[in-house]
Amino acid sequence: MGDLMYQYDQYDQAMVDARVEEFRDQVARRIAGHLTEDQFKPLRLMNGLYLQLHAYMLRVAVPYGTLSGAQMHALGDIADTYDRGYGHFTTRQNIQYNWIKLDEAPDILADLAKVEMHAIQTSGNCIRNTSSDQYAGAAADEVTDPRPYAELIRQWSTFHPEFSFLPRKFKIAVIASETDRAAMRLHDIGIRILRNDAGELGAAFYVGGGMGRTPMIGPLINPFVPLDQFITYAEACLRVYNRHGRRDNKYKARIKILVHELGKEEYTRQVEAEFSHLLSQNIEPPLAELERIKAQFADPRFEAGIADEVDRSDPDFALWTDNNCVLHKAPGYIAATISLKPIGGIPGDASADQMRLMARLATQYSFDELRITHAQNIVLPHIRKDQLYALWQQLDEAGLGTANLDLVGDIIACPGLDYCSLANARSIPVAQKIGQRLAAKEQEIGELKLKISGCINACGHHHAGHIGILGVDRKGTENYQLLLGGCEGADTSLGQITGPGFDEDGIVNAVEKATEVYLGARDPGERFLDTYRRIGMAPFKEALYG
Amino acid sequence: MADVQFRFRDDEPVGDPGVTVDAFGEQSNAAAVRLEPGDEARDLLPHIERIGLIEINFPTFGDGRGYTAARVLREAGYTGELRAVGEVLVDQVGFMRRCGFDAFAPEVPLDPADAQAAFDRFPEVYQPTPDGRAPIWAKRHDSTKHG
Repeated sequence: MGDLMYQYDQYDQAMVDARVEEFRDQVARRIAGHLTEDQFKPLRLMNGLYLQLHAYMLRVAVPYGTLSGAQMHALGDIADTYDRGYGHFTTRQNIQYNWIKLDEAPDILADLAKVEMHAIQTSGNCIRNTSSDQYAGAAADEVTDPRPYAELIRQWSTFHPEFSFLPRKFKIAVIASETDRAAMRLHDIGIRILRNDAGELGAAFYVGGGMGRTPMIGPLINPFVPLDQFITYAEACLRVYNRHGRRDNKYKARIKILVHELGKEEYTRQVEAEFSHLLSQNIEPPLAELERIKAQFADPRFEAGIADEVDRSDPDFALWTDNNCVLHKAPGYIAATISLKPIGGIPGDASADQMRLMARLATQYSFDELRITHAQNIVLPHIRKDQLYALWQQLDEAGLGTANLDLVGDIIACPGLDYCSLANARSIPVAQKIGQRLAAKEQEIGELKLKISGCINACGHHHAGHIGILGVDRKGTENYQLLLGGCEGADTSLGQITGPGFDEDGIVNAVEKATEVYLGARDPGERFLDTYRRIGMAPFKEALYG
Repeated sequence: MADVQFRFRDDEPVGDPGVTVDAFGEQSNAAAVRLEPGDEARDLLPHIERIGLIEINFPTFGDGRGYTAARVLREAGYTGELRAVGEVLVDQVGFMRRCGFDAFAPEVPLDPADAQAAFDRFPEVYQPTPDGRAPIWAKRHDSTKHG
């Protein structure tokens, strides 16, 4: 393991090992016919094993999106040994394997456990893997590293006996910057670690955000929960939901519906009442436990006095640096994003060889650390600026040097009807065609976050795209609705539908037209989103349907 | 009514069938009550001294409200029998035990060996609950174990 991220002790390892044995036993009972598929389904789901259109899919948890080189290497080996030589990184900072055999699934979990990984609670109506800021520990604007808080949540939520059969799935995100890079307010609970006026750290709780068929931006229900009451407060939020969340209709079962129907004030009142009761139950881990975890996320030993300049003489490299790298808190360092969105490629896919290469490069150049982003890319968080060119050359040679972070080619897309049994339409071919169509213009267009979901469940975050695309089934044919103006982050907004949908070629044309309207109307320095917010929907509608 | 298959108590079981929460309010001598998922467990708190048995029904295993009900009762100091009834499956009994259930009457009896394995599955726990097991964080920071 990298020595700058959380490492299991004997207790954590014992829990994961016990889980592997439990699942091995459950699979054996299923194969022997002692469990029906109906009985087996919730058990395999709690281990991230889905039955998709063509095969089993296994979703592996990457807690708060952080991986060591050894862990990424193991993910590559699993892709080769048990799948077809590739994996798919997801919008929840996890990885999915698409071609899994049931009888081999326990062996995969055993391989994962050897590198302190698991698939626990990556599905099912329970608390899912906690997500975080991909630049945690590197970002110049964070008040602290948010990952220790996410790790505390990981432990608290693992096999939580009261909250393993919630009305619906439950997703938590933790950030510690004003700039929200994790779509925090579109989670069931979004937590922002911040400082109060007295300089103390605490947690702001936003509850009841989400995407899906009823997108909602989570309201702030408590601006400052002290760190020594933080887990207790989360427990209170969950208990009110478990008791009162709707169970009569799975489409109204997420906590956002409860908060909406009760109203923020009434939900908050119930949480505060439960919180004051739970404070008497002494369920909070001691601050010493938070300190123990924090110590494991200590800063790397950054070199002092190294060059703070990047040699920009290679124009392709300079472009990649401008587009894909962000400011680092340590002088002489930079955080670099490896785009998994080559032109015409499948968003978020990486081959086994690419995974092992990224693992090796992380070990060599980035203090053995990688991050998965919710935009389905990979971050090397701590690169010396004077080594950036050498790193980029190796990435570029392996097809990993695409300079399109946050550009129109950096598309978020769910697996869609190519894999997913819930999908109404394919997402991947639409992403590929749009990427190809606009490749020549993407640098000119600038920042434009395009997100595609193949059904209303919104795994592709289409509500939060500057341009969003929603695939629907219209009388047996695939049809695509276009949305404009969505955004995650501090100024979170939800996209609005332009009007009637399009067929597959039509949606590609429609996206191109929307970019033309923007290029014709933009003021200097405006992004697509800024222009849309200024001029409104009408000019786009006119171009699309006029 | 399904039989009690597992019981982790030594006292004499209450023989009466559990009455509904509504009926319980009107029968001041009832010693056993049955909670449905929509019932409010806290309505029973004024009476827990005289209750010997609370059955919590799981009409389907996926309705997890009974876990909260169990913890609320134990947290309030209820010490009588807490019995899980209904669709109680082998892969849920470990969670139930942690929430304070100490008797199990599954609609469909469980394989005893599978159930025992499920009760014993996890050597450690991350959360303190009414079952009294020390959470991992307590073991990590128990100063008597270091040194």
